[in-house]
Amino acid sequence: MSDLLSHSFMIRALIAAAVTGLAAPTIGTYLVQRRLALLGDGLGHVAVTGVAIGLLTGTSPTWVAVAVAIVGAIAIEVIRERGHTNGDVALALLFYGGLAGGVLITGLAGQSASTLQTYLFGSVTSVSVADVLTTIVLAVVVVVMCVGLAPQLSAVAQDPEFARVAGVPVRFYNVLVAVLAAVTVTVAMRTVGLLLVSALMVVPVATAQQLTRSFRGTLALAMGLGLGAAIGGLLLAAYLSLDFDANVAPGPSIVLLALTGFALTWPVGAWLRSREVAHD
Amino acid sequence: MSQVLELRDVRLSLAGRPVLHGIDLTIDAGEFVALMGANGSGKSTLVRAATGLRPISAGSIALFGTPLANFKEWRRIGFVPQRAGAASGVPTSVREVVTAGRLGRRRLLAPLSRADKRAVADALEVVGLADRAHDSVATLSGGQQQRVLIARALAGEPEVFFLDEPTAGVDVVNQRALATSLGVLQERGATVVLVAHELGPMASLVDRAVVMAHGRVEYDGKPLDEATLHSHHHPRLHRHDHTPHVGSPLDSLQERR
Repeated sequence: MSDLLSHSFMIRALIAAAVTGLAAPTIGTYLVQRRLALLGDGLGHVAVTGVAIGLLTGTSPTWVAVAVAIVGAIAIEVIRERGHTNGDVALALLFYGGLAGGVLITGLAGQSASTLQTYLFGSVTSVSVADVLTTIVLAVVVVVMCVGLAPQLSAVAQDPEFARVAGVPVRFYNVLVAVLAAVTVTVAMRTVGLLLVSALMVVPVATAQQLTRSFRGTLALAMGLGLGAAIGGLLLAAYLSLDFDANVAPGPSIVLLALTGFALTWPVGAWLRSREVAHD
Repeated sequence: MSQVLELRDVRLSLAGRPVLHGIDLTIDAGEFVALMGANGSGKSTLVRAATGLRPISAGSIALFGTPLANFKEWRRIGFVPQRAGAASGVPTSVREVVTAGRLGRRRLLAPLSRADKRAVADALEVVGLADRAHDSVATLSGGQQQRVLIARALAGEPEVFFLDEPTAGVDVVNQRALATSLGVLQERGATVVLVAHELGPMASLVDRAVVMAHGRVEYDGKPLDEATLHSHHHPRLHRHDHTPHVGSPLDSLQERR
């Protein structure tokens, strides 16, 4: 294991994984609270188009993906608020449009599918120092906003009508959550990849709420679980790749580790819930 | 006496269908008003218009003498929306839900002040749920969750409470607990606007009843006893309720009779 840490790419990968693991479940908690667990996935698909535009124009795929995902997030929020289209139909349209657009534009750029694949499934072991810095800055923004504005964001998600009558600018916070989700998607792009990003946003939250009774408790535990899954998954992938000469990408191992956590806590949660009902 | 709410010829349509046909209503400070009527009479819509949740198509609304469009002192308003429950997608403790009631008074990024904590503890005490403060709100019964929502409004220390059908689907024990809580609010001098289909244990608190039918105020005065009330609106219930209302000139002629 100490062997692994002697590689500088591994140190960079660990830092990127750690901040992603912390940031993704913080915003994910609000998405789960609003029953919009799949929003991250939808934004991930939209970001594919952003990456492709970056490849085509020769600009940074990460920043173009951030911009395009933010535009997509605001579009989803507007569609949701206006209520013209069903929320999940709006998401579906973005899923397909984003993915198809991304693959098409990547083709136009003359890039192979394997270039795109590093964004779809992550390539944390190939991140540069600049990538790590970008990831840290974006992740810090997400965590500070999500934790600092927790009273406002959770009240708006919990009961938008009450929040509005209390004088809270509900639309502003709705858009903020969507924008932060978009930023998180691109933060997680290099670690777990755009197609698995939603898992790191949602699975730790689903696991945490098996055990918790409060919002703050859920948020804190989900962050811890996300961090654990990201670091554990990365080390697991590196260990399997080096010691068994396999070719295991860190993205899937991070997500599968998070899902294992859920599978292990679910029976505990079911038992706790049955006790609470009996207690009533 | 100062006016808390003033509606002048308020008209409102939902999806093209007129729901409120020119409502005039004034509520003074300290009144306990029950807004009653059958389903679809417009009583909930009226409260949603008064709290700014539904834009009106004509007329004017003023809160504490300020036109709704310019009204900024939302901390004076306590709203208890009509909801199936207080739970959301993530576990939330009773205390956390009630603490949300302080939002209008808290500064951004500031931790809870001593006054915040005291108001939350007091609100939980009034609705009789202090012992459940750390439980997940989802584990409470429907009636208890309604009391949590009332505590949330109470925690903001507002001057007027708008309660939208807090007793809908709530058992008698919890209705009594609700009535006790509202009694405390009344004693403290709060103005209460209660939307209700039936008053039940709250009847003794009400000092003015406004009965609505088909988007108009049909009765405004001393609360009627339950028997009179029922003989009063039951025949209409059979004639009009449950059918879609079409706003044709003929219909409104018939209603104006």
